[in-house]
Amino acid sequence: MNQETLIALEEICNSYNIEIPFIYSLSESGLIKLVIIREDSFVDHMQLPRLEKYINFHYTLGINIEGIETIHHLLLRMETLQEEVNRLKNALHFHEGGM
Amino acid sequence: MDFIDYYKTLGIDKKATTDDIKKAYRKLARKHHPDLNPNDSGAQLSFQLINEANNVLSDPEKREKYDKYGKDWKHADRFEKAKQNQSANQRETRSGQSSGDFSDFFESMFGGASARGRQVKYRGEDFHASLELSLLDAYKTRKQTLTVNSKSIRISIPAGIENGQTIKITGYGGPGLNGGPNGDLYITFTIESNAEFRRLGKDLYTTAELDLYTAILGGELTLNTVDGKVKLQVKPETQNGNQVKLKGKGFPVYKKEGEFGDLYITYTIKLPTALTDKEKELFTELSKL
Repeated sequence: MNQETLIALEEICNSYNIEIPFIYSLSESGLIKLVIIREDSFVDHMQLPRLEKYINFHYTLGINIEGIETIHHLLLRMETLQEEVNRLKNALHFHEGGM
Repeated sequence: MDFIDYYKTLGIDKKATTDDIKKAYRKLARKHHPDLNPNDSGAQLSFQLINEANNVLSDPEKREKYDKYGKDWKHADRFEKAKQNQSANQRETRSGQSSGDFSDFFESMFGGASARGRQVKYRGEDFHASLELSLLDAYKTRKQTLTVNSKSIRISIPAGIENGQTIKITGYGGPGLNGGPNGDLYITFTIESNAEFRRLGKDLYTTAELDLYTAILGGELTLNTVDGKVKLQVKPETQNGNQVKLKGKGFPVYKKEGEFGDLYITYTIKLPTALTDKEKELFTELSKL
């Protein structure tokens, strides 16, 4: 992994004004992947949008880690179902002779 | 610019405590937060209003001003004066929304987003756009220049994109706040219907008309496919509605270069009309065999 894209946990916590244990909890739940280099923890910048979403869920909406984990799974499921809806819509359109 | 009743927005009364406001905001935000309602512009608008109401009512200074002048918001001169005297140090809030997400009413009372004085870095707003393509456009990978918020973006649309499919262009959404990263641009594609070909996933379907004699005796047919004409051998005694498959002449498979679906051809047999006397005689003769 390119080290230039890694952001130190402390920097993230200072920037978002959050506590380090929160990110460790996300990591333990498998919601965020931490990169450990010589005992220091980092987050890849590609994960920042996801991390910010979880920060909002927790600090703005008051949702705990278990809730975030549940939401994460439900959103993935929604995404899959949305793809299925699109596929079925296209098939229906096809059978109605429209496409 | 209409007056917005922030108390009504949060479903609380004017005597609500800070704790009541926080609870009401969280309850509504959990329902309408854009991250929990992907691709729902209605939820986005509701959340914007809820967020705005919370921003005002959870800040004692702003709430006092709102309570005092709220209904008389048209007296902008008084508000302007009050705004000038407003303390530069405002409480830091966490909302997750970019600038430009506040109503005209809010801007008139409390100034722009900068007046909120947030220090936290926020990722910019995600933009959503839609793009219409013809079936033939979607057949080949194409480069297209789009203008999003006065910015030109050149994107590559992979061949085989589906109707209703959304692609993400990272970093082309709204600008981040306080040095935060830009949001993303999501483009949803609509593939227009085509008169000649119908598409189902990676396969294409079309019809070919045969005259009676070719259908009975067999022969050769020149057929249009999306990438050019092909010659097709028609078997003798082909029935109306018979279907043949041309392997690899369908639609390209999305992001799988060189992979194509199949083209299905359904024959429709056209019976001759305006028969001559000789033809009628011959058909009568055939019918007696």
